[in-house]
Amino acid sequence: MASLKDLRNRIASVKATQKITKAMQMVAAAKLKRAQEAAEAARPYSERMGAVLANIANAVSGSDAPPLMAGTGKDETHLLVVCTAERGLCGGFNSQIAKLAREHIRSLLANGKTVKVLCVGKKGYDVLRRDYGKHIIDRVDLREVKKVGFDNAHGIARQVIGLFDKGEFDVCTLFYSEFQSVMSQVPTAQQIIPAAVPAGDEAVQASDAAYEYEPEAAAILADLIPRNIAVQIFRALLENAAGEMGAKMTAMDSATRNAGEMIDKLSITYNRQRQAQITKELIEIISGAEAL
Amino acid sequence: MADSFKFDLVSPERLLVSQEVESVVIPGTEGEMTVMANHAPTMTNIKPGVVTVNTAGGGAERYVVFGGFADILPEGCTVLAESAVHVDEINREDLARRVQEAREDVADAKDQESRTKAEEFLAQLTTLEGAILPA
Repeated sequence: MASLKDLRNRIASVKATQKITKAMQMVAAAKLKRAQEAAEAARPYSERMGAVLANIANAVSGSDAPPLMAGTGKDETHLLVVCTAERGLCGGFNSQIAKLAREHIRSLLANGKTVKVLCVGKKGYDVLRRDYGKHIIDRVDLREVKKVGFDNAHGIARQVIGLFDKGEFDVCTLFYSEFQSVMSQVPTAQQIIPAAVPAGDEAVQASDAAYEYEPEAAAILADLIPRNIAVQIFRALLENAAGEMGAKMTAMDSATRNAGEMIDKLSITYNRQRQAQITKELIEIISGAEAL
Repeated sequence: MADSFKFDLVSPERLLVSQEVESVVIPGTEGEMTVMANHAPTMTNIKPGVVTVNTAGGGAERYVVFGGFADILPEGCTVLAESAVHVDEINREDLARRVQEAREDVADAKDQESRTKAEEFLAQLTTLEGAILPA
């Protein structure tokens, strides 16, 4: 049985923890708002980019398509770009992405493919290093970056495209977590090379117009596709940033609640023991008086 | 007064302009072009330069863009810029940094083709620097 002093210390320490988690929750809430705004601000660009790309892809016939779009014609080496958060304490956020990537790697390896992994963010690297350390070719550290900018995404895209030009891989898949709401983030795998041409209403509608291209369509396309890869990565990073903050907020909220419950339970035990001790002392005094 | 049309200027980070305008001057890779209402559908790459927007109200706004492309339709025009800032908000350091990076690209270029490309980009940047920063 813990002594009264022990219990008091315990309660004080849980209270201190609760204060920290509470503060972290509030910080996450504030950051979430900013991250969400950034994700929303980036949306018009990627939407229009998709529409334009669909449009121009129709104009350029299959054989003229640059390799980034048509692929190398092989399916041997896969590059997995796994985007995770830089910091933990956000519930299952990082492990969910890592889990999806791990499943993907396992099935690719089972089919006899070569797998290369590029980790963006520290947490994914930490998890994947254990099982697939020798497949990881590089990692991108965004720890020092306070607010993810397009330049960061552009840097990663350049690296990926550089590897592709050297023939290091055939297919590139991007792993990130799609931000759906504060409560739910869905880990997603998206193939970026060869580029999947966005289809749908926009593509059909846009193809009606007879466009003039300046310079010719193939040249624009060659310029457009690397840019589109950067945009996709940028979007993934922003969704991740928002998702991380959402997950952190939820995790810290439940941590705060758990700490509250723990304080309640400890306080009851503390009060009971205190009372038991008082009763014991009283009995001792009374029986001592009776003996006189 | 000329007809107005819808003009959007978007960068990956935000939507800068979305309004009715009378004409827009776009620095295309093949030369500057002025877009007015009912322009033929055109798609063009953009070099680093200044986009001048003449609003329907009569005012003119200037934005510095660093590459991107424009999608022009009879009923509207969208400029997707890799990075765009209002001319008043541009700072020297940022521009100098970009020029420096472009110089390094030229130095790093391995084959003739990428060297030509990098040099072209550097030339466009320095022209831009001269144009918007009266020394």
